[in-house]
Amino acid sequence: MSPVDGAGAVNPKLPVDEALTEGRVPGRAEEQIPELHEVDCPEELRERIETLMARYPDRKSASIPALWAVQGRYGWCSPQGIRQAAAVMRVTPAYLESVASFYDLLHTKPVGSHRIEVCTNISCWMRGGDELLDAFRAAAEGDEDLFVTGFECLGACDIAPMASIDQRYYGPLEMAEAATAVEQLRSGAEVLPEKALVERPLAADLPGGSPAGGAGSDGGSEGGANG
Amino acid sequence: MADPRETRVLLANAEDPNLRTIDGYRGYGGYRSLEKAYREMEQDEVLKELEDSGLRGRGGAGFSMGKKASFLPRGEMAKYLCCNADESEPGAFKDRELMQRNPHQLIEGIAIAALAADAGHAFIFIRGEYDAQADILDAAVAEAYEAGYLGKNILGCRRDLELVVHRGAGAYICGEETALLDALEGKRGNPRLKPPFPAVQGLYGGPTLINNVETLSNVPHIVGKGAEWFRGYGTEQSPGTKVVSISGGVRRPGNYEISLGMPLRELIYGLAGGPEEGHEVKAFYPGGSSSPVLTPNELDLPYSFEAMAEAGSMLGSGSIIVADDRVSIPHMALRTARFYHHESCGKCTPCREGTNWTVKMLERVVRGEATPMDLDIIASVQKNIIGRCLCVLGDSMAMPVSAMVNKFRPEFEEAIANAAGTLDPHLVVEASPQTLGASV
Ligand SMILES: Cc1cc2nc3c(=O)[nH]c(=O)nc-3n(C[C@H](O)[C@H](O)[C@H](O)COP(=O)(O)O)c2cc1C
Ligand code: SF4
Ligand code: FES
Repeated sequence: MSPVDGAGAVNPKLPVDEALTEGRVPGRAEEQIPELHEVDCPEELRERIETLMARYPDRKSASIPALWAVQGRYGWCSPQGIRQAAAVMRVTPAYLESVASFYDLLHTKPVGSHRIEVCTNISCWMRGGDELLDAFRAAAEGDEDLFVTGFECLGACDIAPMASIDQRYYGPLEMAEAATAVEQLRSGAEVLPEKALVERPLAADLPGGSPAGGAGSDGGSEGGANG
Repeated sequence: MADPRETRVLLANAEDPNLRTIDGYRGYGGYRSLEKAYREMEQDEVLKELEDSGLRGRGGAGFSMGKKASFLPRGEMAKYLCCNADESEPGAFKDRELMQRNPHQLIEGIAIAALAADAGHAFIFIRGEYDAQADILDAAVAEAYEAGYLGKNILGCRRDLELVVHRGAGAYICGEETALLDALEGKRGNPRLKPPFPAVQGLYGGPTLINNVETLSNVPHIVGKGAEWFRGYGTEQSPGTKVVSISGGVRRPGNYEISLGMPLRELIYGLAGGPEEGHEVKAFYPGGSSSPVLTPNELDLPYSFEAMAEAGSMLGSGSIIVADDRVSIPHMALRTARFYHHESCGKCTPCREGTNWTVKMLERVVRGEATPMDLDIIASVQKNIIGRCLCVLGDSMAMPVSAMVNKFRPEFEEAIANAAGTLDPHLVVEASPQTLGASV
């Protein structure tokens, strides 16, 4: 049995070479695709994955989104969750595990209910990213509910040093704000509202931003999205 | 309020939070280019406008966007368009800004580019960390479907386009275009051998156009105002404006949109405020962490694709990281190498082993355990990586590391001689899921 039954069957015109795409010798895979009735998949999760699969010409494209859905439901990509997704997607659990284990944001071991990723890449390192990571580790010490990890550049070097807390960006952070954020997570309060990236204006529009860009000067601006 | 030295086209009106909504965007003239393209233009006319504009890819390689779109074969087969929103190169954060502040500009650009490529299916591959931005895109895509700019029979013009926002899950390598395709097909994101290039055989084996967020965000402006207008900005070989991410040792890090060709000094000192009081620029990466570092001697060069290439570096994604005089270059080289080692997918030997050993050797340098001969070995390892890998990730480490060793050799020698450097515990490399089991 192929590890993926009916690969490409949704759109038979797709020239998907099974031998290439499965990375296995067809017919030699021993693991079976679990049946839905064997895995006790929550209705919501099944529906979510089916909706995701319908978005793509080839349903296998939904493997990362499906794993996100599993992680959303269980907090991590648990073996049970992976089996459920595999049954819905008609792929082997091993296939989904191989995908999950490739990506930094998909957890194949249990992590706490809050995830704190502290950037320690070049720009953040120059501005104290390592110390910030230490501060978060100290603040969260011994609390299994908080998962703290160093991370590569998160694409927010303008607010270095920064952290992503439960998938939202905060910065530039003072060392003491690590403890504040951890307290807020524990008490369920809003995390560092003044440091949330989404609320931040463009660099040159920040108060006290650029000396040359004072009030009333709109010299270089084009105006109008399309003219 | 924009700095008068900025030229805001892509970031025009970005201070208005309403711009995120379809009504806000239309209020500033949005979606008129899409209407023009779908109602009045043929595929070849759109292609010609894009080619004439000279728009170069903003994702790293700087290849002509119009030309790439014209490489797609014609015919009945299913064709695809992928917007590369993986933005994971250290120093780059411009796509985040563009998607967060003006998602409809990108959607409009994708819809017009899909017309040029005759693609019926488009995807935005956004890095999983950009969750807030992906939510904003999801909302904007839903609005665009509602308004008839996406979906079946767009504006009654008998053309269809499906657009899906696809979230990645944390792997820098997925920004490499063929790894992106594998990830989008639901696999581990390993690069593919090229050729065949994606324009001929890409997603699901069909012809695929892959462009960066900023590249595609330029499209509505070019189609709306014409190639000549676009060429009014920038230089002959680097037309247009560019959103430049500046970070590291400057007073006002952030995204600034400039007409290409602005002197680096004006960017780094003028717009970004230069290093803090009492400090100076020591070195800077002109185009993200994979570009060979430049020194203050090169601050008067114009910021353009051609000038950066002539200086032996590259404009890349347009991300400047400034190191001031407090930064240790050997430590910075180690940070850089460590990143590429962590993100190497492990598929080919020069990159997997080369990044691994470069990190180990640089650790010895900063610990003071190396000998000057090690510097020559580091340099030779980099030489043996460049041009020998399956994708450019290996080169992306080798180029900046060689430049640092060459240009700051005395500082490396000093680190070794002093034997004073102790390894910062933060520098210990954690194995990444991508290379786990693949590397010694
Ligand atoms: C390791 C690696 C990572 C890359 N990451 C990105 C990225 O995050 N975003 C991007 O647009 N291009 C990235 N690229 C470049 C893409 O492969 C591709 O050239 C680009 O998306 C093409 O779009 P453009 O022509 O509009 O620039 C990367 C390349 C490599 C080798
Ligand atoms: S160069 Fe590195 S990242 Fe690219 S395919 Fe080879 S091992 Fe993978
Ligand atoms: S270096 Fe920290 S976000 Fe880029």
